[in-house]
Amino acid sequence: MARQPCVPAARIESAIIEAMSPIISIRNLSKTYATGFHALKSISLDIHPGEIFALLGPNGAGKTTLISTICGIVTPSSGRVTVDGHDIITSFRAARSLIGLVPQELHTDAFETVWATVSFSRGLFGKSANPAHIERVLRDLSLWDKKDAIIRTLSGGMKRRLLIAKALSHEPRILFLDEPTAGVDVELRRDMWALVRQLRASGVTIILTTHYIEEAEQMADRIGVISKGELIVVEEKTELMRKLGKKQLTLQMLEPLAAVPPALAAWQLALAKGGNELIYTYDASEAEDDSRGIAALLRGLGEAGVHFRDLQTTQSSLEDIFVSLVGERK
Amino acid sequence: MTGLNLLAVRAIYRFEMARFGRTVMQSLISPVISTALYFVVFGAAIGERMQNVGGVSYGAFIVPGLIMLSLLTQSISNASFGIYFPKFTGTIYELLSAPVSYVEITLAYVGAAASKSVILGLVILATAAVIVPLEIEHPFWMLSFLVLTAVTFSLAGFIIGVWADGFEKLQVIPLLIITPLTFLGGSFYSIDMLPPVWRTVSLFNPVVYLISGFRWSFHGTSDVSIGVSLGMTLAFLIVFLVIVAWIFRTGYRLKA
Repeated sequence: MARQPCVPAARIESAIIEAMSPIISIRNLSKTYATGFHALKSISLDIHPGEIFALLGPNGAGKTTLISTICGIVTPSSGRVTVDGHDIITSFRAARSLIGLVPQELHTDAFETVWATVSFSRGLFGKSANPAHIERVLRDLSLWDKKDAIIRTLSGGMKRRLLIAKALSHEPRILFLDEPTAGVDVELRRDMWALVRQLRASGVTIILTTHYIEEAEQMADRIGVISKGELIVVEEKTELMRKLGKKQLTLQMLEPLAAVPPALAAWQLALAKGGNELIYTYDASEAEDDSRGIAALLRGLGEAGVHFRDLQTTQSSLEDIFVSLVGERK
Repeated sequence: MTGLNLLAVRAIYRFEMARFGRTVMQSLISPVISTALYFVVFGAAIGERMQNVGGVSYGAFIVPGLIMLSLLTQSISNASFGIYFPKFTGTIYELLSAPVSYVEITLAYVGAAASKSVILGLVILATAAVIVPLEIEHPFWMLSFLVLTAVTFSLAGFIIGVWADGFEKLQVIPLLIITPLTFLGGSFYSIDMLPPVWRTVSLFNPVVYLISGFRWSFHGTSDVSIGVSLGMTLAFLIVFLVIVAWIFRTGYRLKA
């Protein structure tokens, strides 16, 4: 029996997701505010069911405008958005009933109880009362013991969780999280990441915006980078890091080098620390090139009589990639 | 989900009525005390020294006007605060992102505001009945005018709540326009008691028609014909409905 090549489970999952029709389809979406500010410039994007999509971008890039437009808070200037095939304008009821939104700011009714406001949200989305579901949501978010508390008495972290509870009250299939962990402590952030993963496991599609690159790196399946209203890049996270990420090989020399030997010019090496370190910076395509990869370099070093004591490799983070992408647009 | 999202209408309505319950001192007891004071001062203290008006004791004569005064100001106040507060706190995001149509939003907020005003009107009526001898000649029309006026001016309040971008603006129209028009609209007198010139001027005050029709339902006498009163009330209703429809069509001060 022929042996099948081993394909990583994540790649299979990604391929399945790709094959499914998008749960959110955005085509040529533009938004110009009354002030003339062009917040979104012909955005086209597909969100696949069951994925975690992270939208990254600097302040004022258009992240919140994009989310607000999909959710019905902002009126688009042009373009079309469908949610599970329902147009957000002409079939707004069907589209919005699938969506839960957690806003960036802590907008809450100060004088209501936790239970009342979460129940209100469920009713607002046209769902009949389901105390068992509300209880489950509050327990999942560690708010059950606060169910009768007046909202203004809650801490900032609890209010953040309350907003998530409200968004989940009507059992949405899509959850928008606009900066969900802004201003929350590390422990709560980890809890929220766990909750997001749990929701995804239950089939909820999650779109989050964040300033924390680590958050996107930890959780997202795909990443979109938006800058000045334009979607610069949309890519699977691992693919994005593979394509755009730089790797660096640092060799500690046995003897300091005065200059890079001409025979090694093809690798565009750099000397550092007074010739004690030789640095090779390369990307994915170079790594896969037999004539320019690390193996070829090591052979070249041996042939040139350059000897090293130790070596280490580093890889650029998503943050480096993000800064580089956004920086190019400035 | 098809048709009306009645669960959403109920959720908003109950939310607003719950707020009414929490602020019962401000929403109900305070206007009732104010109105009771009017009865004591104008009805009992001054009224005893005044002649009957149209065959009705002065104390009983001012009851419809005083109810209308509270009804107009409270309808506007309740509805304007109801829609302004979510704008102020930012919770309006939830309303705008919910599968709720503009008709349902209006129905819920205006319905709740009008309900509060009608409750308030009936409580004031009950209070008045304790203080002055009172008969209602046309109970059906009394209730009809009460409900119609409450709905109409709750719509006006809704418009003010959408327009306002600060708490001060919520108070401007009730204080500077509605209250003076109500005082000058025959709350405490029949416009027949005015000199001819001022009688003519009073006919340009739209509140005259509301009070006159409401007073007719109590005492069977009015400053203007009941048909004109009803027509004017309906005209207000239509004007405010058209403005609300425009607000929702354009997203004026609700949606960017």
